[in-house]
Amino acid sequence: MNWADIPGFVGVREEHGETTVAVERERVRDAAQHLRDELGFNFLADVVATDYLNWGAKGVSGYIGTASGRDINMPTTQGYQVQPQPKPWRFSLSYHLLALREGAPRVRLQTWLEDGEAVPSVVSVWPTADWHEREQFDLMGLRFDGHPNPLRILMDDDWEGHPLRKDYPIGGEPVRFSDAE
Amino acid sequence: MSLVEKQAIYEGTRIPQRVPTILDVPAELLASDDILQVNFGPNHPSTHGVLRLIVDLDGERVVGLGAVIGYLHTGFEKNMEQKTWWKAITYPERIDYVGYQNNELTFVLAIEKLLALEVPDKATWMRMLLCELNRIHSHLVYLGTSALELGAISMFWYTFREREMILDLSELVAGARMHTRYFQVGGLAEDIPSGFYPECRKFVDWMPQALDDYLGMLDRNQIWLERTKGIGLLSADDAIALGQSGPVLRASGVDWDLRRDDPYLAYDKVHFHVPVYEGGDVYDRYRVRMDEMAESVRIIHQCLDRLERMDGKPWIADDRKVVLPPREELHTSMESLIHHFKIVTEGYRVPEGEVYLAIESPRGESGCYVVSDGGPKPWRVHFRAPSFVALEATATCMNDTLIADMIAVVGSLDAVMGDTDR
Repeated sequence: MNWADIPGFVGVREEHGETTVAVERERVRDAAQHLRDELGFNFLADVVATDYLNWGAKGVSGYIGTASGRDINMPTTQGYQVQPQPKPWRFSLSYHLLALREGAPRVRLQTWLEDGEAVPSVVSVWPTADWHEREQFDLMGLRFDGHPNPLRILMDDDWEGHPLRKDYPIGGEPVRFSDAE
Repeated sequence: MSLVEKQAIYEGTRIPQRVPTILDVPAELLASDDILQVNFGPNHPSTHGVLRLIVDLDGERVVGLGAVIGYLHTGFEKNMEQKTWWKAITYPERIDYVGYQNNELTFVLAIEKLLALEVPDKATWMRMLLCELNRIHSHLVYLGTSALELGAISMFWYTFREREMILDLSELVAGARMHTRYFQVGGLAEDIPSGFYPECRKFVDWMPQALDDYLGMLDRNQIWLERTKGIGLLSADDAIALGQSGPVLRASGVDWDLRRDDPYLAYDKVHFHVPVYEGGDVYDRYRVRMDEMAESVRIIHQCLDRLERMDGKPWIADDRKVVLPPREELHTSMESLIHHFKIVTEGYRVPEGEVYLAIESPRGESGCYVVSDGGPKPWRVHFRAPSFVALEATATCMNDTLIADMIAVVGSLDAVMGDTDR
């Protein structure tokens, strides 16, 4: 398939038998339209963002761990055997596409962005993106330009912060109705 | 007996224009002051959990609808980032707590894809068998509860009788009735116990009779037909645009099943038929699931034929960096003891990378996206939850229906709220 014709095309890579096409953040909607209309990827399976804050930081393995290295109370903080490839931006945003035809070709449309940057919404291309984008806004704090209903979806409407970000503490929520209160 | 005529599926698209998942009340009705807004759920016995629908009614007609989810959000994805890979396997089962075996498989297959680990044949076939049993289990829960909500109470007792047999089989294999955690990275957690095959045969020999009983009770039942035929219409184009998958997609006339079109495990080595119906209504979704149960029985027969010839074969890969060593070796081999200690305390390391892996769960495309940083814990786990996507179609399906049909429509989308909210 000719990936280089996709608007905003940055690069393509093959890993673990999966194709990932990277595009510029501002051109995501155009790229989506092209993938659907020209290349036949009519089915949007999933939209998912990943936060790479502190990716590969020294002594951090997984998320729990201390910046200085091993935490004896946490047996899994010994660090890496191989340092992971650095990531140029904080967030990646992936759209998993599928073409409902012979061979079931799949492709991952991916874009990279910093905190506070917005991505054009693809709801007008695939209506199913509606809730997927709301979820990524809710849990990861990414903004989608042109989304018709940009509200939280899983957390409470008045929730503060975006839980799946790496700087969002686990267990950081105060316990209601505890004895200490 | 006069059978209900089917309503033809609509032309064009019915996906709401402003927001694809919200049915807006037309402006002229809004001005007329006749609209009653009703809050349905989150605590209502027929919402399959904690789904909340805000419904605008004009008399008995649904003219506006918005779904509110998130009442069961438990932060599984965040929690899994704190667990080592092998401890995180327990989580996906609890996400979709009805199709637990399939969800567990998605995650395990995703880890194996990153590890590029070969799984022994016996484990592959047993996984397939258990996933098909689980598919029957899930469809039985759907059938029992959906019929119950429409007033066919006896169906519930019959389907839960067969469901009990499946849970007994789970108990026999894994020791747990639900949420077995029987799939281990590399294969199965333990060897298949002796006595499982004859018990499983008994069940699959019995199941076709039970399916006939269900058909006898529902399919010539005038009330059931009137409550389901021509209700909750969804056209093929709308279903694809809304990302629907599994039985909902196949009931709208799209011939698509990942087991056949993008085979995983050993689905390319078994014979089965993919049921497709054209009506796109509640009735056809019910028929697709009924036929799928019969096909699952066929697949289980074929799995049993293979498995019965595999006695004594390995059930888990022999990779000491990932798989726990056999228990008896711990007393005699120092290396085994070290491997055991390292895997249990620290977990195994999964090579850096990202994968998305999708399987055909009872509810449709269940996908798992994992990112590894090369450490012993997942950096990011995300589930493509078919129930989450199915509920996006409520507004389209509910276009111009009656309030009483809402129950039938929500039931037919077969959303599990644990899966929706994760």
